[in-house]
Amino acid sequence: MADTLLDIRHLTIDATAYPPGEAPQEITIVDDVSFTLERGKVLGLIGESGAGKSTIGLSPAGYGRGGIRLSGEVWVNGRDILKDTPKALRKLRGKTVCYVAQSAAAAFNPAQTLMEQVIETTLLHGLATRQEAEARAVELFGQLGLPDPEHFGSRYPHQVSGGQLQRAMTAMALCPKPDLIIFDEPTTALDVTTQIDVLAAIKRAIHTTGVGALYITHDLAVVAQVADDILVLRQGEKVEMGSTAQIIESPQEAYTQALVAVRSIAHTPKPPSPTPLLAVEGVSAAYHQSGHNVLETISLSVSAGQTLAIVGESGSGKSTLARVITGLLPPNRGQLLFAETPLPHTLAERSKETLRELQMIYQMADVAMNPRHTVETIIGRPLTFYFGLKGKARRERIIELLDAIELGEAFIDRYPAELSGGQKQRVCIARALAAKPKLIICDEVTSALDPLVADGILKLLLRLQAQENVAYLFITHDLATVKAIADSIAVMHQGQVVRYGKRDTVLSPPFDAYTQKLLASVPQMKQGWLEEALTTHHD
Amino acid sequence: MNTFVIKLIAQRLALGLLLLLAVSVLIFVGTQLLPGDVAQSILGQSATPEAVDNLRRELGLDQPAWLRYLDWLGGILQGDLGTALSNRQDIGESLWGRAGNTLFLAFWTAVVAVPLAILLGLVAVRYQNRWPDRVISGTTLTAISLPEFFIGYLLIYLFAVKFNWFPSVSTVYSGMSLGERLHAIALPAATLTLVILAHMMRMTRAAILSVMQSPYIETAELKGLGLFRIIARHAFPNAIAPVVNVVMLNLAFLIVGVVVVEVIFVYPGMGQYLIDHVSKRDVPVVQAVGLLFAAVYIGLNMLADIIAIVTNPRLRHPK
Amino acid sequence: MSICLTLLKRMPVTALIGLLLTFGFLVMALFAPWLAPYPMSESVGDMWMGPSAEFWLGTDNLGRDLLSRLIHGARTTMTIAALATALAFSIGSVLGILAAVYGGWVDQLISRGVDIVMSIPTLIFALVILSVMPSTVLMLIVIMGVLDSTRVFRISRAVAVNINVMDFVEAARLRGEGKGWIIFREILPNALTPLVAELGLRFIFAVLFLSSLSFLGLGVQPPEADWGSMVRENRQGIVFGVPAALIPAAAIALLAISVNLVADWVLRHTTDLKGGRRG
Repeated sequence: MADTLLDIRHLTIDATAYPPGEAPQEITIVDDVSFTLERGKVLGLIGESGAGKSTIGLSPAGYGRGGIRLSGEVWVNGRDILKDTPKALRKLRGKTVCYVAQSAAAAFNPAQTLMEQVIETTLLHGLATRQEAEARAVELFGQLGLPDPEHFGSRYPHQVSGGQLQRAMTAMALCPKPDLIIFDEPTTALDVTTQIDVLAAIKRAIHTTGVGALYITHDLAVVAQVADDILVLRQGEKVEMGSTAQIIESPQEAYTQALVAVRSIAHTPKPPSPTPLLAVEGVSAAYHQSGHNVLETISLSVSAGQTLAIVGESGSGKSTLARVITGLLPPNRGQLLFAETPLPHTLAERSKETLRELQMIYQMADVAMNPRHTVETIIGRPLTFYFGLKGKARRERIIELLDAIELGEAFIDRYPAELSGGQKQRVCIARALAAKPKLIICDEVTSALDPLVADGILKLLLRLQAQENVAYLFITHDLATVKAIADSIAVMHQGQVVRYGKRDTVLSPPFDAYTQKLLASVPQMKQGWLEEALTTHHD
Repeated sequence: MNTFVIKLIAQRLALGLLLLLAVSVLIFVGTQLLPGDVAQSILGQSATPEAVDNLRRELGLDQPAWLRYLDWLGGILQGDLGTALSNRQDIGESLWGRAGNTLFLAFWTAVVAVPLAILLGLVAVRYQNRWPDRVISGTTLTAISLPEFFIGYLLIYLFAVKFNWFPSVSTVYSGMSLGERLHAIALPAATLTLVILAHMMRMTRAAILSVMQSPYIETAELKGLGLFRIIARHAFPNAIAPVVNVVMLNLAFLIVGVVVVEVIFVYPGMGQYLIDHVSKRDVPVVQAVGLLFAAVYIGLNMLADIIAIVTNPRLRHPK
Repeated sequence: MSICLTLLKRMPVTALIGLLLTFGFLVMALFAPWLAPYPMSESVGDMWMGPSAEFWLGTDNLGRDLLSRLIHGARTTMTIAALATALAFSIGSVLGILAAVYGGWVDQLISRGVDIVMSIPTLIFALVILSVMPSTVLMLIVIMGVLDSTRVFRISRAVAVNINVMDFVEAARLRGEGKGWIIFREILPNALTPLVAELGLRFIFAVLFLSSLSFLGLGVQPPEADWGSMVRENRQGIVFGVPAALIPAAAIALLAISVNLVADWVLRHTTDLKGGRRG
């Protein structure tokens, strides 16, 4: 078919893994995947981590990271590029097939201006004169919504923001007028309010230029906005493929159905109690004595056995608030009350009992556990430290906790490196629970996990809350998570609380400007959401 | 160059000077104020009390320590390095010719070693984990384990004694032509080159490798750029800073190597001078030459820092 | 025991050779008096005789058996180097970890002090001190130990700082753990691997440094002899085509290479911070 831009047939990708201290292992990253892409259409590649989406995404460029081996056929414009010579591949890349990386900040050369890098391939492949190329670049900067398009190119990568770099990278890919662009998680690292602008810019650019695209992401709601068709991947295998409408409205496979249903946990919020467990009253804090306040007059409270969700983007101060509450950063104004008694401002002043009642779970479970400790030590230490449990009693309690987090006794002698992402976070939850706390601060505990795994953790947390009557201070940037778990919500922006109250109150209009913008920026899993949202976004 | 960079450089210079001052105190303390009677340990157990007293007065040991230090420092700042105890000659004059000799040896060593180290580093990265890289890595691992005198005497044994191509004692004197000088220092220069080449090569390889493994190099490959172009336009500008840093650090290393090599080949440089006078316990010489070596070492390290500042695009083009 | 065997099986050939040679030198040093065929200081033949059935490596400048002197020299060299390294490590790693854990002015004070000492090249500093102090074995160990502890300090501080900022250390702090638990149960187990590798490298440096000092006449003094002073004694022979000086020099090189091979393997093939079971 003359209209078939990309035709991948029975692509299999293998690699050799070298785990430290063991024999090399052969692993299959991608197993017999086939699909086609027509000219001018957008195909979304969706899957969790380990699905092989990036690896597949790089195959139309004939590129593989780290010594992987591609077998099968990859037809681009009627030619099997897997049989190409390196020289032919170099002609293909940057001219017919372009790549937009996940982390634009790292993908740009810090020693060259943006303009130089954007027009580099256009000049190299002799597609235009320098003047023409620069003019085209400036036009693209404008189309993608970058500030001051005329002079934007003369800046260096470190002088512009992350969202701007992502758009610059898109301009770099569009400049040589390729047939196919591969977008590798282009908005994953961005804040939700920035993401919506970049997403719109990309969609606009794709439609204006008529370029074909592969859009790789793990977020189904995002891909639903830009893709015509969606291919669902799981651990290197094709699960399902169909038009976007079909995948979202009537998914066939159980895995796809689970992905579509993500974050639709129903939760009935409880009303706040008159005597809060933790009360933050007028707290302000700064990092240095003379520096400006990172937190400004924060007042909120958490009721016993309930969840207060603190929502904000990067720089909102939510993690700083957690540090103040735990005593790592003393406030310069205001006070904290825990179970009606004043809470000492610094860690050193607090009693062991107080420390026991306030626990914390971190975002990155990899570094939140000592790699040289077994699960037994990790969960058992709080038991010994706070309750003096030893020997058989301690071991029994550890197994009890392992059962509570749905892992079981078999995990007791494992090391963190032997656990999956979700399992690691569960162990961290058990560690916090071991202390029988009254309040647990969850600092972005599901943000680093795949959507389905994150769902599992949220369900576990809700169940444990009902069982143990423990309160959560749940810090997150993800509104969908908030809806699933919160009883009360506080929205933070630039160090202040802009909206606070019961869940349903906070999430219903009328909104303040920031909350409005935030809520409008969260991608919904329906087509056409992006266009609707943009009108409200820029009001 | 913008004011921010100038400020950083000025700070670094000031720090270097401060460090030099602190080092001068340390050296002074090291020689003058150690426990046990300095004059006694210089003259030995069998010295008469009068001789010890005389020496004490001569060394100025009857004055308070800080006064002695300021005297000495003041002298140095005015260019007076002091007088040698053993032969009563002005240290500055004795050092003049010798410093020139040491610089000559160090210069020619650097001229050969630095380009070679960078070239070998590039080759090792180009053929990473293949046989050229393994051979180079293996050779350098061996080379950094070899003491200088092993290499030196081996070279003498083979090339001076057996083949008789070069002299075994590297005497240079004024009036020699450049060619004759080069011939005389061929073996010591070769020894020094081998010593620092090994260290430098490992570090340039690591620096270049880290640049080549950066994400923007992958971006360049995915843009269809050829290897040469990638290296020239993307890798090289970012590799200058770390490679220069490596070179400077190893040149500092060169200073130490020079001392031993000059002794092996009986070369009339600063190192030989220092060693002679250490064994004679000639404190003023040791102080002066020690300070001089430290100053060059600090200077080179400071230069490395300044070059790192100047070549950093983030600092040259602030937000 | 089985762990050791599996470890040995997985080592590459180079590291295995390094391990065997190092072990050989260790045996030589420990059992010197029983291994050496002749007494160390006795003149048993003519000056600078070549290798023969009687004297496997020939004789030195005073007619003493080179092999015997080499074996005894192994003891001297390795003992002094080992003690100096132990001293350097004790001071350096303790100060480094304390500086990282306590931070603040403690860290600033120690770090600035170390910066100043490290601004003088090690050899120069040692020469400055040795120009006034006698070159006794104790003095050599102390000088080498103190000077080298600066490098160990830098490395252990860097390693400890990296570990200190990890969330699991903060989690321990929030629990209320004292400094003792944090240092010994959280930081140290993770700092061991890079420090052990560094131990090997520091030992090599100590061997080379001591040999250089002895070669310059400022290290081990007669009648004691280490490999460096043996090179010094025999250096005149080179000009006459007598390779006697090369033999102790080669021994130093061989010891350094062997330890380097093992340290290199330790650095590259054992699990790092993210790993689990030690490989």
